[in-house]
Amino acid sequence: MKIRAQIAMVMNLDKCIGCHTCSVTCKNVWTSRGGMEYAWWNNVETKPGIGYPKDWENQEHWKGGWERKANGTLRLKQGSRLGVLMKIFANPHLPEIDDYYEPFTFDYDFIQSAPEMATPPVARPVSIITERRMEKIEWGPNWEEILGGEFAKRSQDANFADIEKAIYGEFENTFMITLPRICEHCLNPACVASCPSGSIYKREEDGIVLIDQDKCRGWRMCVSGCPYKKIYYNWQSGKAEKCIFCFPRIEAGQPTVCSETCVGRIRYLGVMLYDADAIESAASVADPQDLYQAQLDVFCDPFDPAVIAQARADGVPEAWLDAARASPVYKMAIDWKIAFPLHPEYRTLPMVWYVPPLSPINSRVNTGQLAEANGLPDVSKLRIPVRYLANLLTAGKDEPVIVALERLLAMRAFFRERDLDGFENVAMLERAGLSVAQVHDMHRYLAIANYEDRFVIPTTHREYAEDAYDLRGECGFSFGNGCAGGEEQPSLFGGKLGGKRVFPIKVRGPARGETVDGR
Amino acid sequence: MTSSASFLHEFTFGLYPYIALSVFFLGSLARFEESQYTWKSDSSQLLRRRQLRLGSNLFHFGILVVFFGHLFGFLLPESISEHFMTPAQHLWLSMAGGGVAGLVSLAGLTILIHRRIAEPRIDAITRKWDIAIAVILWVQLALGMWTVYAATDHLDGSMFVRLVAYVQGIVLFRAHNADLLIGVPWVYRAHIALGLTIFLVFPFTRMVHIWSGFATVYYLIRPAQIVRTRRVQRQVARSQGRRAA
Repeated sequence: MKIRAQIAMVMNLDKCIGCHTCSVTCKNVWTSRGGMEYAWWNNVETKPGIGYPKDWENQEHWKGGWERKANGTLRLKQGSRLGVLMKIFANPHLPEIDDYYEPFTFDYDFIQSAPEMATPPVARPVSIITERRMEKIEWGPNWEEILGGEFAKRSQDANFADIEKAIYGEFENTFMITLPRICEHCLNPACVASCPSGSIYKREEDGIVLIDQDKCRGWRMCVSGCPYKKIYYNWQSGKAEKCIFCFPRIEAGQPTVCSETCVGRIRYLGVMLYDADAIESAASVADPQDLYQAQLDVFCDPFDPAVIAQARADGVPEAWLDAARASPVYKMAIDWKIAFPLHPEYRTLPMVWYVPPLSPINSRVNTGQLAEANGLPDVSKLRIPVRYLANLLTAGKDEPVIVALERLLAMRAFFRERDLDGFENVAMLERAGLSVAQVHDMHRYLAIANYEDRFVIPTTHREYAEDAYDLRGECGFSFGNGCAGGEEQPSLFGGKLGGKRVFPIKVRGPARGETVDGR
Repeated sequence: MTSSASFLHEFTFGLYPYIALSVFFLGSLARFEESQYTWKSDSSQLLRRRQLRLGSNLFHFGILVVFFGHLFGFLLPESISEHFMTPAQHLWLSMAGGGVAGLVSLAGLTILIHRRIAEPRIDAITRKWDIAIAVILWVQLALGMWTVYAATDHLDGSMFVRLVAYVQGIVLFRAHNADLLIGVPWVYRAHIALGLTIFLVFPFTRMVHIWSGFATVYYLIRPAQIVRTRRVQRQVARSQGRRAA
């Protein structure tokens, strides 16, 4: 047994309103740079939908994640190691930027500078790549927002597997989830295993997966290796970039930007202890539906004296053990079993988990009749099909999702009954497998969701990470190339691409095949 | 030969190889040390997949064969190579292998240059050096094809032996090495001079990714997962453990 700690995240989808505050604050902090306009380390997609990039969950197409070989060992879905190297000159599974979207701005200048014209001037879209006018914006970072677009296209969603999906195209039966996504900071990351130059690594202390920008050579096998498509190729710097879990904030004990700014308070951050020696066997269990349980078994109980002793021996600081015992993630994933990994079938053992959302009772199935026995509605009559959530969270295994939904419903029903009727319906709780103490805890964490309860983040112990005396007078956070910060000076070895490129972009010329219309 | 012509000859084939190779090695080292963030393959595949798969694969696999053909063909000591074949057979092998691989590579590079110029997205991210090095490589490949054609005049292998001696002379620091090339047809000399120029500009272009390309062979044997620690004591302990093992 080798115990390591990781700061893991849970997102409570039941409370996500799809406001994109997480995406926007993340972009403002981390990816408002040349070459990364199209990249959203945090994005929120509307489900059902094909997502961002298009159809990312279809691994038969994109070949992300791992597959289990006949002999029980794991192999990258995009190929053996030699196979990966053979694809290095042209990666057949790499998304093109149009699979995300062509980044664009608008020709705002024209509104002011337009000559007198028969029609009012309009700011037309301009490609940020070519700086040429775009005839039409074909796709965007969230094209399917609030079920935008036709059902025929959205229903290509891979989570509709084994579901008779036609009825969900009807207005009366339609359903919707907003799904915020960041890098999963997996225990068994496929991106790390895909990198031919070994530039991607997992940090031992907090589990954050990072790309060494100096060592990255732009071979871009990680982009296709990651099944969540959460590694982005910066087309200006020629390096791969990904969500860094706001490690400078995490090290200081602060939540990530996306968590801090979440207005719905849906995000939770906490320490999980895991057995590093158990990862490989857990990721290679035969049945994909067992992967959720296998990953639960990799986690260690922070109250177990044997675990504590081993963790101390493995160098986990005392503050981190304390934090592990107060971890909201542990409570939701292990104690209450209401949080699940996103697509465990990719076998990467992801560490950003989700509480499935409740939804209204489907009126067509169940008119006027709201409750079943013991005051608990039947989860199979919720508007969002259980199987859809199971395809998203448990590789299609319904039972754990049903249990979680029942517990969420039981919590609501219990408090409603207590507050309105003054009666504590303990029998209903027992049916859902909860104690009164547990349901009070759940209410505190899920409904009240205080800042201190949502974010239990121990600071990094830098005093034994580095000799601070050596760091005096050094640069803080910089972007590659040692201390060179801010504007990169061109050197003999080539400067930054697009020195001419200064926002706002001026249109360089008409789009090809376009007639000039008095402009 | 006039004295200025002989000086130029001596400079280009006697001194220039050492200038070019010095810049090649020291420049690569300096860039790796000082500016690794700029050290990359600079792929443009994200912006446009079309033409890249065909062009890039043809070019790269072709040029790898050409590269290793040159490496072993010229630098393998004769004491070893003569065990396998006569110089004439050696010549035939290099003409056939190099000719086919060179044509494949040339076709690929032509596609890539067309893509770089004709595709507005790729044009937008093209640096001057990207075009320059592509054109230099194209001309060099074309010259290489010409040398294959020119070699049909010397099928006995005598010219081949002379060129091998010249290249080995560079590596072995032989005196009066450039004299070996006096009277050699211009196409060989142009191919050599341009080849040396490629070494000269190598550290200043995206070609540095070739070093890393060879380094990726380590990927075949490294552990799948990589974990880094920031703990000083543990880093020390690990390096000691490695030394002990």
